[in-house]
Amino acid sequence: MPALLEVRDLKTYFYTSQGTVKAVDGISFDVASGETVALVGESGCGKTMSALSVMRLVSRPQGSIVGGEILFAGRDLLRLSDEEMRRVRGAEIAMIFQEPMTSLNPVLTIGRQITETLEAHREISKEEARRRALELLRLVGIPDPERRLNDYPHQLSGGMRQRVMIAIALSCNPKLILADEPTTALDVTIQAQILELMRDLTRQFGVALLIITHNLGVVARYAERVYVMYAGKIVESASAAEIYRRPRHPYTLGLLHSVPRLDQPRKAKLDPIGGQPPDLWRLPPGCGFQPRCKFAIEKCHEVPPLQEVGDHHRSACWAAERLSSGEL
Amino acid sequence: MKLETQDFLVEVRNLKKHFPVLSGLFSQRVAGWIRAVDDVNFSIRRGETLGLVGESGCGKTTTGRCLIQLDRPGSGKVLFAGRELTRMTDVELRPLRRKMQMVFQDPYSSLNPRMTIGQMIAEPIRVHRVRQNGRECQERVAELLTLVGLSPLMAGRYPHELSGGQRQRVGIARALALEPEFIVCDEPISALDVSIQAQIINLLEELQERFSLTYLFIAHDLSVVRHISDRIAVMYLGKMVEIADRQELYENPLHPYTQALLSAVPIPDPAVEARRERLVLRGEVPSSLSPPAGCVFHPRCPIAIEECCGEIPELREVRPDHWVACIRV
Repeated sequence: MPALLEVRDLKTYFYTSQGTVKAVDGISFDVASGETVALVGESGCGKTMSALSVMRLVSRPQGSIVGGEILFAGRDLLRLSDEEMRRVRGAEIAMIFQEPMTSLNPVLTIGRQITETLEAHREISKEEARRRALELLRLVGIPDPERRLNDYPHQLSGGMRQRVMIAIALSCNPKLILADEPTTALDVTIQAQILELMRDLTRQFGVALLIITHNLGVVARYAERVYVMYAGKIVESASAAEIYRRPRHPYTLGLLHSVPRLDQPRKAKLDPIGGQPPDLWRLPPGCGFQPRCKFAIEKCHEVPPLQEVGDHHRSACWAAERLSSGEL
Repeated sequence: MKLETQDFLVEVRNLKKHFPVLSGLFSQRVAGWIRAVDDVNFSIRRGETLGLVGESGCGKTTTGRCLIQLDRPGSGKVLFAGRELTRMTDVELRPLRRKMQMVFQDPYSSLNPRMTIGQMIAEPIRVHRVRQNGRECQERVAELLTLVGLSPLMAGRYPHELSGGQRQRVGIARALALEPEFIVCDEPISALDVSIQAQIINLLEELQERFSLTYLFIAHDLSVVRHISDRIAVMYLGKMVEIADRQELYENPLHPYTQALLSAVPIPDPAVEARRERLVLRGEVPSSLSPPAGCVFHPRCPIAIEECCGEIPELREVRPDHWVACIRV
């Protein structure tokens, strides 16, 4: 059965006066119905841009999707007209953004922002929309929802605003939600609340979830499958259990070693990845991770393709085999 | 075992810092007070790293700033090497300020965009007249840049030319310029990518060993704090709720807030995560404008009883060197 979302060889480039930035450079990934998948990487790796590309929200004219297919429930979203895409966006695929303050309209009440979405996508009366909005606020655990409908975003805390974003995202019963760093701006205990809420709701309604994050802990807790991105490319993909147990890409390995873990005895020193994050204007030929890679060899001047290295486990690294055999 | 006072480099007693909330367009009257730090007591031993954790609005940054007198405390005492800072005038404080420095959170806004790296690192040296002439100053700048893992050639660059991690190294170089004894690190790595965070943590640890520094490490990421700290103090809504040795705090958290905080930290290992018990707190952090009566945590506390609304729990030593502010412990 084909997946709900199938992205094939997606390329999103930005044309600037200083050169071309290949923000997303030929990535392919899937999300099945009801599944929770994580897209992991640090700033600049292209994960947010991948989500924005799926939603066709890439800012023109500098940025454009220059290649690939985005198959959603069988249709290639890149071939839809603007009008058709507008019907998909918000109704079938919803997005939750990182900073709830800047993604909620500061001059509209919470109620209006939810009903606005409902009215745009559904044929319903104002009354019905208001009822639905109240229902949604209750669903996401906002106390005193009647009052909150008339509040403005600035009157709510960060956690509350994110709950409103989730309510808006769920309002039209989408099949897929893209959540871009949904909890990074929130306190740890609120993060936990929001993530638990998202998990419960996506399970309850059978909604697929693509979580975009740099937090390896969040991924371990909530994702079933993981794609790791670096410099615009997917460098490793596997089930969450597999990727943490047997990472097969030096970048993934490096990331896991550089994060202190609460449950393990304190290491004398962390093992960070040396060097700097990639400069997307001046990427080296071949593998983007090469300058920082402990295992780089001559062959790394050629771009390594994503290859099977285990059960549903792929890695884009010439040294993947040697990594797994413990040779390195 | 009672430690001699000399072992403590920094002592904080009954520290309070409340910020007025002003309202009105023309005649600003005080509408309320934000009780950012509300009667806090703790000490930092020479050479140790005390981690200070808590979520937004708990008062940890304000505490850090009050320690080094960047903000003057409303009341209470701060002692540095036995000397009371809180009573000193700015003039008396100035020579002591060399010994206490700060590394700020945001590498993007804590550097002056219109000064070169070299000028910024040299600034404290010039202000305190530590070096006699320009050449010596430049040598010291080069030395400091090398110490933090940057090339001395960076001295001529501007902040916008550097990455987040590089800027944070500059912040650290600047803090080291006057050979301080004590550094307040206020969320020094939260704004950085994961792989760079580890580099900066290692750097801070190396420098601590090399120069026998004492750190107050303020952060909200418990995994990082546990790694770098010797002891950890937990704050909530302006109050200190628990202080313990890092291993003890992790293995034996006694305050319900600390327990929830630890539970909320995701561990990068699905196998471990699947087995963990979750303690999800209800509700939101209340406003520090009108904190709850009695124990400030009681509205969200899973084990709160009636008495918790009445008395403010004192920080008591319930196990050796393990302090908790909770009447149920």
